[in-house]
Amino acid sequence: MGDPKGFINISRKEAGYRPVNERIADFSEVEQVLNTRDRILQASRCMACGVPFCHWACSTHSRIPEWQDALYREQWEKAINLLHLTNDLPEITGRVCPALCEKACVLAIYEEPVTIRENEVALAEMAFKMGLIKPYLPKRRTGRKVAVIGSGPAGLTVASRLNRTGHEVTVFEKDENPGGLLRFGIPDFKLTKAVIDRRIDIYKKEGVIFRTGIYAGKDISARKLLETFDALCLAVGSREPRDLDVPGRDLPGIWFAMDFLSQQNRINAGANIPGRKRISAKGKHVIVIGGGDTGSDCVGTAIRQRARSVTQVEILPEPPLQRPEDNPWPYWPNTLRTSSSHEEGCVRLWSLSTNRIIGKDGRIHKVEMSKLKWKRENGRMIPEETGEKLTLEADMIILAMGFLHPVKDKLLKDLPLTFDERENIRGAEKGAPIFTAGDAATGPSLVVKAIESGQNAARDIHEYLMKRNLK
Amino acid sequence: MEKSLYRPENEHDNCGIGFVAHIHGNQSHDIVERGLQILINLTHRGAESADNKTGDGAGILTQVPHDFFVRSGITLPAPGSYGTGLLFLPRDKKQTEQCKNWLEEIITQEKLNLLAFRKVPVNNSILGEIALTSEPRIEQVFIGSDEEQDELERKLYIVRKQIETKVRNSHLKDKDIFYIPSLSSRTIIYKGLFTPDQLRDYYPDLQHPDFKSAIALVHSRFSTNTFPSWDLAQPFRFIAHNGEINTIRGNRLWMHARESLMRSQLFQEDLPKVFPIIEPGKSDSASLDNAMEFLVRTGRDIPHALSMLIPESWNDKNPIPKSLKSFYEYHSTFMEPWDGPAAILFSDGRYVGGTLDRNGLRPSRYLITKNDLIIMGSETGVQEFPAEEIREKGRLKPGKLLLVDTRLGIIIPNDEVKATLARRYPYGNWLKKNRLEMEQIEVINRKPSGLGDKLPVYLKSFCYSKEDIEVLIKPMAEQGKEPINSMGNDAPMAVFSDKPQRIFNYFRQLFAQVTNPPIDPIREGLVMSLTNYIGSIQKNILEESPEHARLIKFRSPIITNTDLGKIKDLRHQMFTHVTLPMVYPVNTGAKGLKKAIDTLCKKAEEAVNSETNFIILSDRDISEDMAPVPSLLAVSAVHHHLIRQKKRMQVGLIVETGEAREVTHFAQLLAYGASIINPYVPFAILDEMVRQGEINIPYSQARKNYIKAIDKGILKIMSKMGISTLRSYFGAQIFEAIGLGEELIDRYFPGTPSQIGGIGITELAREIMKTHQETFFPHNGISYLPHKGIYSYQWEGEKHAWNPDTIALLQWSVRTGNYDRFKKFTAAADAHTRTPVFIRGLLDFRENPIPQEEVEGIESIMKRFVTGAMSYGSISKEAHETIAIAVNRIGGRSNTGEGGEDPARFIVKEPHENRRSAIKQVASGRFGVTTHYLINADEIQIKIAQGAKPGEGGQLPGYKVNKIIARVRHSIPGITLISPPPHHDIYSIEDLAQLIYDLKSTNPGAYISVKLVSENGIGTVAAGVSKAHADLIVISGTEGGTGASPVSSIKYAGAPLETGLAETHQTLVRNNLRGRVRLQADGQLKTGRDVVIAALLGAEEFGFATLPLITLGCVMMRKCHMNTCPAGIATQDKELRKRFKGKPEHLENYFRFLAQEVREYMALLGFRTFEEMVGRSDRLVQRKDINHEKARTVNLSRLLYYPENADNFPTHFVPGLQKIKENELDKELIRLSERALQRKERVWISREIHNTDRATGTTLSGEIIRLYGEKGLPPDTIECTFYGSAGQSFGAFLCRGVTFRIEGDTNDYLGKGLSGGKIIVTPPKGITYKPEENIIIGNTVLYGATAGYLFVNGVAGERFAVRNSGAYAVVEGVGDHGCEYMTGGRVVVLGKTGRNFAAGMSGGIAYVLDMEGDFAYYCNQELVEIAHLQDYDEVSELQELIAEHWHNTGSKLAEDVLSNWEAYFSKFVKVTPLEYKKILNEQKLREINLKLKRAEFDPDFAE
Repeated sequence: MGDPKGFINISRKEAGYRPVNERIADFSEVEQVLNTRDRILQASRCMACGVPFCHWACSTHSRIPEWQDALYREQWEKAINLLHLTNDLPEITGRVCPALCEKACVLAIYEEPVTIRENEVALAEMAFKMGLIKPYLPKRRTGRKVAVIGSGPAGLTVASRLNRTGHEVTVFEKDENPGGLLRFGIPDFKLTKAVIDRRIDIYKKEGVIFRTGIYAGKDISARKLLETFDALCLAVGSREPRDLDVPGRDLPGIWFAMDFLSQQNRINAGANIPGRKRISAKGKHVIVIGGGDTGSDCVGTAIRQRARSVTQVEILPEPPLQRPEDNPWPYWPNTLRTSSSHEEGCVRLWSLSTNRIIGKDGRIHKVEMSKLKWKRENGRMIPEETGEKLTLEADMIILAMGFLHPVKDKLLKDLPLTFDERENIRGAEKGAPIFTAGDAATGPSLVVKAIESGQNAARDIHEYLMKRNLK
Repeated sequence: MEKSLYRPENEHDNCGIGFVAHIHGNQSHDIVERGLQILINLTHRGAESADNKTGDGAGILTQVPHDFFVRSGITLPAPGSYGTGLLFLPRDKKQTEQCKNWLEEIITQEKLNLLAFRKVPVNNSILGEIALTSEPRIEQVFIGSDEEQDELERKLYIVRKQIETKVRNSHLKDKDIFYIPSLSSRTIIYKGLFTPDQLRDYYPDLQHPDFKSAIALVHSRFSTNTFPSWDLAQPFRFIAHNGEINTIRGNRLWMHARESLMRSQLFQEDLPKVFPIIEPGKSDSASLDNAMEFLVRTGRDIPHALSMLIPESWNDKNPIPKSLKSFYEYHSTFMEPWDGPAAILFSDGRYVGGTLDRNGLRPSRYLITKNDLIIMGSETGVQEFPAEEIREKGRLKPGKLLLVDTRLGIIIPNDEVKATLARRYPYGNWLKKNRLEMEQIEVINRKPSGLGDKLPVYLKSFCYSKEDIEVLIKPMAEQGKEPINSMGNDAPMAVFSDKPQRIFNYFRQLFAQVTNPPIDPIREGLVMSLTNYIGSIQKNILEESPEHARLIKFRSPIITNTDLGKIKDLRHQMFTHVTLPMVYPVNTGAKGLKKAIDTLCKKAEEAVNSETNFIILSDRDISEDMAPVPSLLAVSAVHHHLIRQKKRMQVGLIVETGEAREVTHFAQLLAYGASIINPYVPFAILDEMVRQGEINIPYSQARKNYIKAIDKGILKIMSKMGISTLRSYFGAQIFEAIGLGEELIDRYFPGTPSQIGGIGITELAREIMKTHQETFFPHNGISYLPHKGIYSYQWEGEKHAWNPDTIALLQWSVRTGNYDRFKKFTAAADAHTRTPVFIRGLLDFRENPIPQEEVEGIESIMKRFVTGAMSYGSISKEAHETIAIAVNRIGGRSNTGEGGEDPARFIVKEPHENRRSAIKQVASGRFGVTTHYLINADEIQIKIAQGAKPGEGGQLPGYKVNKIIARVRHSIPGITLISPPPHHDIYSIEDLAQLIYDLKSTNPGAYISVKLVSENGIGTVAAGVSKAHADLIVISGTEGGTGASPVSSIKYAGAPLETGLAETHQTLVRNNLRGRVRLQADGQLKTGRDVVIAALLGAEEFGFATLPLITLGCVMMRKCHMNTCPAGIATQDKELRKRFKGKPEHLENYFRFLAQEVREYMALLGFRTFEEMVGRSDRLVQRKDINHEKARTVNLSRLLYYPENADNFPTHFVPGLQKIKENELDKELIRLSERALQRKERVWISREIHNTDRATGTTLSGEIIRLYGEKGLPPDTIECTFYGSAGQSFGAFLCRGVTFRIEGDTNDYLGKGLSGGKIIVTPPKGITYKPEENIIIGNTVLYGATAGYLFVNGVAGERFAVRNSGAYAVVEGVGDHGCEYMTGGRVVVLGKTGRNFAAGMSGGIAYVLDMEGDFAYYCNQELVEIAHLQDYDEVSELQELIAEHWHNTGSKLAEDVLSNWEAYFSKFVKVTPLEYKKILNEQKLREINLKLKRAEFDPDFAE
């Protein structure tokens, strides 16, 4: 523990965001960085709890107290090694993780948790700057070959871990660049893409083979994959979006969030998208349906595209500001969260379900919503119609209502797989050396979950390969 | 195999002892009568069984009463030419005949004449039922001979030893009854299973006027058990022993090992006939007597033998002549001390005398009359004489001896006896010429400490974790001491862990409780020693020669790589070594491991045969193929193999191991036979850390600190058991195993208790294999040190009962008051327990459901819930009071903890907000224990030990003692408060009985509880406690605990609740003592299931400590010792305390829920009342569905044993069985003080007093405080004058307004807890001896006194004013350890002090008249400063006190000092604790500053 009295003497200090008027003019990262001195002081607030709830709450079970201590002592190498033990992509989670750890921090009982997420990204960036994060070349090669399908956080984790253990790993990515949703789902103002490139570069130097623009199952057949590789890991994500089945859905001007977001990221990356294909919010009344993180990303992106107005609509009621009695620490708080994008100027509406989309001149014009009343029955929220109706003006509608399951493409159809009741991949038929990691297995979730899942898959694959080795 | 958890070898006994002798050897029946009277006057030091009639044993040793035997019709030759003795024979005639025939055969073989058998008349109508059922047939034998008397004695010894062996090895059904108390031509012993007054009546012989002797030595026994054992009554052949040998397991083994080397001039080829020297299956005292007898019969005299077995301390701090130190050191090279508290009286018929152990832990007082009688006993007053007949009154001093030669008619004082011994041979020269000291051996090659790039392999191979390095090794290297942690242990024991464990982790340290005291290794360092020897120990202890000293002496058992190199480099023929590798081919599994150990044993034996001096066991040679044999396993196996072969004495065992890293590992290696240890991996780690800059001190300093920390830790572990020297700890196996199977124990750790079975060598080898694979073939390619989560929760680490899930669910449920959520909590906790984590997780119920409505309600169940002892000071005021309020609301009881209680809380204004703690704890520090505190208790709890650190004391650092805490604890803000490891008034079970009596007398309405910690043998201790008249016994599991303590104590001392509870219950039922007491259990209890299992194992009340804290917001930070608790609980910080969010309702909710859940289980089991559930272990079954490889090997059948006599004897508490004698004298005092009590009128009382009148003044004081509150009565309202010898605890807790004056003398514990009263002690009128040279009061005076005055015209015993925090006293001399741990008040000593004065003294002032100018030597100056008096205030304070003394006692010395003040003034020194001085100075400075300030701001004032 850094300073036993750190948490008493030093208050929580966040770096904060750039000013709204400045940041909405560009797509650069919104969040600022604290100077190193302050960062170290923030790390000293960690009390190295006898029961580190942060470490329990984190999906990767990050050894938070230990690296806070190392950070406090400016033992950068030790700190980054500790961080890397459980997290392969700390510079990314440090930017985008909702930080379950901080919600469970003992100091969160008194509403001033340690700035764990910010400390994480600061540490990772410092380590990069100091050259502490270098390619790690495995001491020996096992001669086993693994194909990883998908290069999102899960795929990258599996690939990196297996490669470092000595297996030969090839990553297949259907998009033009690796990174999956990190690259094409998360707006640049939250995660600048140079961060991903920097990491991919290291993986490449370590020996991971990236084959981008290759759609596994189509460009290389499932059978071929199974023949060529000793094991296959599916990290294809959960990309099937939830759709809205209401009258007027087929009108133009309605987009899925992911199409909207990924195009902007591509444009930022220098892609040349012809005007007719552009999805632009400029000058429009934008309605974002879906109150989650993706929705919030759409809000920020629409604002940057100079939308006339942005309204975000959520079917559930507005969460409370404070933890209610039945949602205590250290569990995840279902309280109102306001993102940087929300601050940038949008209307947030709650308890609204979409009835129909009203067109005018073959284009969307309005959206009709009905007001719901939520009731709690046996611990479950049940909606009731109030009969109240609301009509919003809309030039553009973005659907950000979440994802359902992996896209059932040719690969998934051709491989001998089983699926669960939610149509996520449960596993392979007996004997097939196919493993799954990330959202494809768990359903849509957080980056940090994908990393955890990737680590587990890597361990399973390694055990499988070594067992074969011993035969 | 024993079916229950009871083990007979755990029995303890403590006693009253005494002797009367005529110095000139004049025989008379009067002496015998006086002896018997002493016994009766010491009755309160013995105990009775459940039948209230059977004593624990009493006996008398006298000279052979020749005239009496002749007159009773036996034809005998001249006195001295025949031997005699009683025979305890089987009741069965045939068996008796057989025994007598064998005896006759042996007598003939030895060429002696059987003269006669005599039927000894007995009167068994007086016996209790238990004694009667085991009563032997008692006859007497007479054996004649023509040999001269010494030769005859030896022959008789040979005869007795042979017949004993013969019968023991026979198949006689009742062979256990056969016993010969004595067989001698000089002495005879009459004894049996009696109460003291029965001895005389049982043996009419003793009443006969012709039965004459010049010596009568008596003993009455207080045993923890009552199993019929006539033979264990004392005296034994030479000694009567009051005490306990803590190192007995080792001592017995060593004696056995020595037998092969013994040659005797006197016995020649007869010597083997007396083997085994130590009779198997007897008590520790009996074994000591065996050793004594052997040494004396083979030619040493009694003082010589005693000085070998129980040597006084001879380190630098002891003022004894150099030649005597050499004597002790020389003998220490071949005989380890038989360590433990001991007062020993001895006689061989000519000499009679006594001695005390080095620590003086048993009282022994003597008196010499002008007509040459000498009386010695545990107490003064056992024989009364007119003042003018008394020549001298004295006491035995620690380590000293008193000898009377009745033939020459002289008393030989200690110094003379010892000088004679020291002059026997030039021991000093012998040592100088032969003994090598480790430090002085020249270094030829320095050995490197690093292991280079092999370090990671060693780290993994020996299972080092991040915590080992960062939590243990690093702090030790930086600070030179073991780190502290808080909130106890909630991780599984080794056998339930999912992780590979070191074999060390299957052992738990044993510790002293009740029957003997732990020692304070820091403050009483003068008795401690880590010195030991290795080398050519091939010696016959029956001879003395210079070669005996040819050894290497080392001062610490931990040696560096270079030191080990030095030993290897020694090219002397007497110092040869062989290195045996402790590794085995890992793929050969268990078989290979076994074989490797066999090979080690064989090679070790060969090494002995080829006269090698040292065996070095080394595990350096690990490789991909070879895994290390666990070092403890190898050491113990070799050690025991060599003992069995009687070859252990010839060789020294050195262990070079990378495995040992923490204190307890080293202690175990030493306790199982290692002489010295070289821990090369911790050294390599330090080397690496220094290199990496992780430790910022030079490597040599880091290593030195690390060794120092280990040394200190070993001393602490030894002292926990009351053991002072490493030489006696060495091989003493002071451990129990938990989770090791019978096969492993019997084969490699024989003699180690292991109550629940466990793993065998197969599982052990499998764990080694796992570790080995992970070392060389890591599973994920990344090699990093795991964080094992041993000390705190960690995802990849050990399981912890308190983890985020259980903590969060519990807090959620009690805050919302939601029972369903509570059920989720208990489900999570139970599921976790059953993984398994605790023993109870292995148990299931036998169900027999009934409707829940039929089960008793929650209100009565909740009355069985209490909260743990957590002091105000350790936790915040808010937390402490919230707990009290909550528990009072549900009708349970909360506990003050050790730290007093604010009297404001005694007054209950609003019953719903009652902050008064029903349980008032009395712990060793006695902080805040006043009369007022005691009478405001419903229960007074004597804390003997606590789960987190049994056998250890504690310390509240000065910076934590704020004003309020200081007020409540009756101390001074800013002054460190030390709680000593032992209660200084409980060194033995009879002492505990006395303390119980004191407390009960003070507050007759309260019941007294005694808190023990689970360990093997706790059942027998508890039986003793029950016989000491406790009402309630608390059994604390080692798991849990909230106090801050050293990490190794949290993990490795004490046993789980389940075994301790079950053993206690079984033993109490077996002894029919269960009905007398209530049993309370604590230790990680959380759920209804936990409570019900504890009830079925025998508990009727349940304690909770961690859990209440968690309901109030504790999140197990484990930072309690740092004052930074973020939950505002374990902190005194004002800001942090504001964070406290607990409410009484939270805890109340918990207890209501818990009681409800208990009811549900009761319904499931079919119990309508709680009472009928208690002790029904037959309703528990061991689970068969355990899916845990190691846990499956555990066998709980002994734990679940249902006592056979459970149907006849009560199995739960039955009101009214526990009876304690009322304080009759106090009742009378109260009656005589009526006017004072009712109208505050002054009264004067004058009374005779005897040593049987104990705790005089306590009930009176309690009554006064009850009527008038803390302030009591005006000074001197009640003045009592007593004449005679007062019993123990005279004037204890005496309150304001009472003055006690005694003319005569007093025993131990005078003025204990003095609470404002005044006590004056003067010798009787008419004495002719000088009071200032004679002892007048006993040991441990003013212990825990908070206020009042004491004036003593005479000398005090040991530990005068120990832990005094406010009383003023004047005395004319004190023994050892005066003013120890004192925190306040004033003490004037007008005379000499003993050693170690002012040890641990942090407050108050002592003035000492240092006439000889040597006081500085006797004073422990660690915390104090000695100075001459300067201040006017000081001088007048001193003068006033002396004047007061003079007026009250008429002391001639005081008169002399005052009237010649000029001459004496310069001889006075002042002892001031440094901390106290600082505070006084600060106070002065504040006053000066205040003045200055005023001066600055108020110019007028300045003028």
